[in-house]
Amino acid sequence: MTTQTAGTDLVVPVPEDADLAVRVRGLRRAYGETRACDGVDLDVVRGEVLALLGPNGAGKTTTTEILEGYRRRDAGDVSVLGHDPAKATPLWRSRLGIVLQQAADLGDLTVEESVAHFAGYYPHPRDVGEVIESVGLTEKRRTRGSNLSGGQRRRLDVALGIIGRPELLFLDEPTTGFDPEARREFWELIASLRSQGTTILLTTHYLDEAEVLADRVAVIARGRVIACDVPRRLGGRDESLATVSWVEDGAHRSESTHEPTRLVGELASRLGGEVPALQILRPSLEDVYLSLIGHDTEDAS
Amino acid sequence: MTTATAPAAPAPAAPPGALALGLRRISIELKTFFRDRNSAVWNFALPMLLMIIFGSVFGGQTLGPTGITFAQYFVAGMIASGILYTSFQNLAIAIPMERDDGTLKRIQGTPMPKVSYFIGKIGLVFVAYIAQVTLLILIGYSFYDIELPSGSQWFTFVWVSVLGLVSCTLLGIAFSVVPKNAKGASAVVSPIVLVLQFTSGVFFLYSELPEWMQQFAALFPLKWLTQAMRSVFLPESAAALEVAGSFELAKCFAVLVAWTIGGLVLSLVFFRWNKRGQD
Repeated sequence: MTTQTAGTDLVVPVPEDADLAVRVRGLRRAYGETRACDGVDLDVVRGEVLALLGPNGAGKTTTTEILEGYRRRDAGDVSVLGHDPAKATPLWRSRLGIVLQQAADLGDLTVEESVAHFAGYYPHPRDVGEVIESVGLTEKRRTRGSNLSGGQRRRLDVALGIIGRPELLFLDEPTTGFDPEARREFWELIASLRSQGTTILLTTHYLDEAEVLADRVAVIARGRVIACDVPRRLGGRDESLATVSWVEDGAHRSESTHEPTRLVGELASRLGGEVPALQILRPSLEDVYLSLIGHDTEDAS
Repeated sequence: MTTATAPAAPAPAAPPGALALGLRRISIELKTFFRDRNSAVWNFALPMLLMIIFGSVFGGQTLGPTGITFAQYFVAGMIASGILYTSFQNLAIAIPMERDDGTLKRIQGTPMPKVSYFIGKIGLVFVAYIAQVTLLILIGYSFYDIELPSGSQWFTFVWVSVLGLVSCTLLGIAFSVVPKNAKGASAVVSPIVLVLQFTSGVFFLYSELPEWMQQFAALFPLKWLTQAMRSVFLPESAAALEVAGSFELAKCFAVLVAWTIGGLVLSLVFFRWNKRGQD
């Protein structure tokens, strides 16, 4: 698509020769007057973890559900593993893993029964016991779904998403309801899937999660991808002003600068060695994200 | 949640076939059905409870000069109702629940062919019906002196059961789009089944119902299922009690075939996997 917006330069393109698992150009979908997707462009490179961030109602779910073959689109080119998801076939589906938001099914089956049943849908499933182990449900394998906690249910969803050995895994807010320890363990699982070559498209509200897991982050707002880059450079984060703060003569001092190293050098020589309470802060991913979607809201009004 | 599972997949191969997965679906449907403590099992048990209640209260009474016991008449109606319960009522309530709780969305995201889902449902319906009929006949035979069918009556029993189950399964699949959500499903479906039972001669003698009620019931399958089941469980002499003076098996067959075709068309046109506004 040729549409240019003010934020387009924040979308850093992937190399021309990149091997793409997902390619989206000019994706549009409206519900009545509401344009949920208003020209989404997105690339997911094979083997990477891409985190899709965005406020509720920005078009994240519509976009991912079009990629997953659940929803139809009004316009645009979409290719997922080389196929149009609107023409889903069982063979194509066998190469995907999908972890949806909020499911309440499988309450009457045990963890083991559910995972074993879904394994039967795929031509080359992973080992049932290993998958249950990898999501940390081995002790709960004979527990029925209705008796699992929220976080345990979510892990079952993840187990069912990866049982078919997917090339491409969709994770829609996978760690909602996890305690901090379970989230860390989940991050290890994702890292291990990635190291085996699984491509992952992750939507999340947790920016720390995106920062830890994602090779690249895409921010979607008002139905468009407004920024896409590696987490440490998103929105020009690495080039923004750094804030250097220290204590001098008993007073807190701070200064914004493009050259924090030079400033620290000066401080060190001026204060004769160790600079008291020295800190150099760059904007966090959260700061950048909030300013990106904040700008966007201002544009809208 | 520690290490990874296994090395990368070999070349893509075709996923398992629709029939094989349909059989797996049947087993998972049966497990879910008989473990569900909410509605399904109670609906399953209802005909047996009614059989015991009606059998105990009216079972010994006879119908006119024929010497046929009410229990003998009632078992035919209960088995016909069992067809409607296990197929139409079961699916018209269970499928909206599965649409609401994410079952349909989850399996739609897998390589399972959609037809396997319906094979699973049909398998569930047949197994539940066979279990129900066996229990009904067992209860009737043990406690209320029901006489069992003989000879060609068994043949009628089989074709009426199969045709009734197929048509009412398709109608249940089609009707599953009517309830707005899982909560409303039971409230919408159960009264329909109850009204059909009252007007189709399950609880009362059909021939003694007002004519307008008979004509209303004749539009729907249950009246014909009940009538055909009477031909299975009542002696030939009981045909004289029918409105037409016979059991009209050819007409029963024609009406059930028509409803099967109608049910197929309706379910193909109206069935939806997604909740409203989510596609």
